[in-house]
Amino acid sequence: MKLRKHQKRPLGVRIVDWGKSWGRQWQLQTMVLPGIISMIIFNFIPIYGLSLAFRSYSVTSTMASAPWVGLENFKIILKDKYFWESVQNTIGISAIKLTIEFFLPIIIAIMIFELKWSPFKKLVQTITYLPHFLSWIILGGMLITWLSSNGMLNQILNMIGIATKDNHILNANSYWSIASLSDVWKEAGWGTILYLATMSKIDPTYYEAAEMDGASKLRQIWSITIPEMSTIISLNLILSVSGLFNSNLDQTLVLMNSQNQPKAEVINSYVYRVGLTQGDFSYATAVGLGVSIISVVLLIITNTVTKKLNDNQSVL
Amino acid sequence: MADVKKISKKKPRAHIRETKGNKVFDVVNVILMTLFALIIIIPMWNVVISSFAGKNAGTFVFWPKELSIANYIQVFSDNGIWQSMFISVAKTVVGVVFHLFLCSIVAYALSKRDLKGRKLYSAMGIITMFFSGGMIPTYLLIKSLGLLNSFWVYILPAMFSYYDMVILMNFFRDIPDSLEESAKIDGASDWRVFFSIIVPLSKPALATIGLFHGVWQWNDFMTTKLYVTNEALYPLQMRLYDIIVQAQAAASNGLNAQISIATTSKGVQLATIVVTMIPILVLYPFLQKYFVTGTMLGAVKE
Repeated sequence: MKLRKHQKRPLGVRIVDWGKSWGRQWQLQTMVLPGIISMIIFNFIPIYGLSLAFRSYSVTSTMASAPWVGLENFKIILKDKYFWESVQNTIGISAIKLTIEFFLPIIIAIMIFELKWSPFKKLVQTITYLPHFLSWIILGGMLITWLSSNGMLNQILNMIGIATKDNHILNANSYWSIASLSDVWKEAGWGTILYLATMSKIDPTYYEAAEMDGASKLRQIWSITIPEMSTIISLNLILSVSGLFNSNLDQTLVLMNSQNQPKAEVINSYVYRVGLTQGDFSYATAVGLGVSIISVVLLIITNTVTKKLNDNQSVL
Repeated sequence: MADVKKISKKKPRAHIRETKGNKVFDVVNVILMTLFALIIIIPMWNVVISSFAGKNAGTFVFWPKELSIANYIQVFSDNGIWQSMFISVAKTVVGVVFHLFLCSIVAYALSKRDLKGRKLYSAMGIITMFFSGGMIPTYLLIKSLGLLNSFWVYILPAMFSYYDMVILMNFFRDIPDSLEESAKIDGASDWRVFFSIIVPLSKPALATIGLFHGVWQWNDFMTTKLYVTNEALYPLQMRLYDIIVQAQAAASNGLNAQISIATTSKGVQLATIVVTMIPILVLYPFLQKYFVTGTMLGAVKE
């Protein structure tokens, strides 16, 4: 009722009213202002800068003055062999990585949750969360050491009777596994944290009742734990699938070398190389924009599918 | 956080009767989890102990033939590493202070439900979470702002995060209004209330955001890689990156021709890795306290 009355008043009065209450809130408004300015500068101006994808930028022009060229840049993408190579590598690495990183944390979280002795439980969590906090530069440096010709991997392989002196990081054919498995190593433990938090909220009487009825551990996990986590599992599924075209620039920049480049170049590192090293800003922006659009489309598709599976409720 | 504690302290629920199948399950579970922990910890141990192995770095799994601190002496004899350490610490400390200040004042204002324009501000923030201009437009912006090769490029672009702001805002909303009202009656301004009532009551939330942002600042190397070419402004991560990439380039080109390029020895590389890693290892126990708060506040309450 109140609202309707408010809307009936003339526009001028409403603006004056709005101004008055803004005036009363000037202190709060000055608190918001720096955040808004920061978002406009560092988020919205670059979003406007995406228009570069439809322009031809040169050193002499600015973001706003470069001439429009329509879809010219996108036409070049279709014929760019190196771009499609980087797409292949991105999808290859992401597919391995996301599949393992989707299933493994669910399994590990359930196993951690079932550990009974809580100091051991704490210890396992402490150890397995740690790699998440190391930068890719540190992990990259470690990986190169482990995989080198005298490194830990070869020492272990020699111990179990496989004689090898290869420096694995220089082998292009191993790169996809190196990139994806090292990411799994880094993130699998941390990936359990949301599942564990969700599981701790499950009503323990469910399990007690199931136990009375003689349900085995595995049966309890399958019929209680997993259904109770379905929302967070679908959320992770959506994020995984829409991340198919995402690539890890930090990881690629530290692990890529002249030997493994044909298998290591991913979309992000390609954008970096073409845009910042070769200075072809418009083309690199077009590549970046194209890939983001595909990711958004994937996000919408998976959201629709999981919505259907989840009784028409969206988890996003 | 409270819920997690309650459950983990709860007595094992299998108090009725341990069946044989459940016992097998438990034993297998403990073995697999031990293996998983070992897979994480052994490679890290290998790197740390290797850095103390002098010239034998990286040629064994558990224990070297001899221990020495020669690699560390060499690392610290380089003046560049001290400069980088200073930059790393400075960017982390200044970055955290600015980030916390900006995010928390915005969060306080937006936690007031009668704030004019709140819907517009939130809409803007949500847009920034889902869309970004990407690498090239951001680079051109930073360039036109004159932030290339400036220390402030580490601080200003990362100063505000809508996501962190939402976490703080949710925390502020849980603070009882009555506390603020009594201060307001005494004539305190919003800024005064914020600094003398809200901030002291929000230490756990501020610590969570501060620690996570601090780790991000310490680990971030992309900002340097993209916007900084002046070596005097290199943080530790970037210096480490340069060392690793040079050695890698030498190794991969060495396959083709016997050219010798002066590179940093493996032992010194590893010692640099450990030096770069130490602050994270020191902060880690503190971080751990805030794991659950940090992730749950953001993910669930939104």
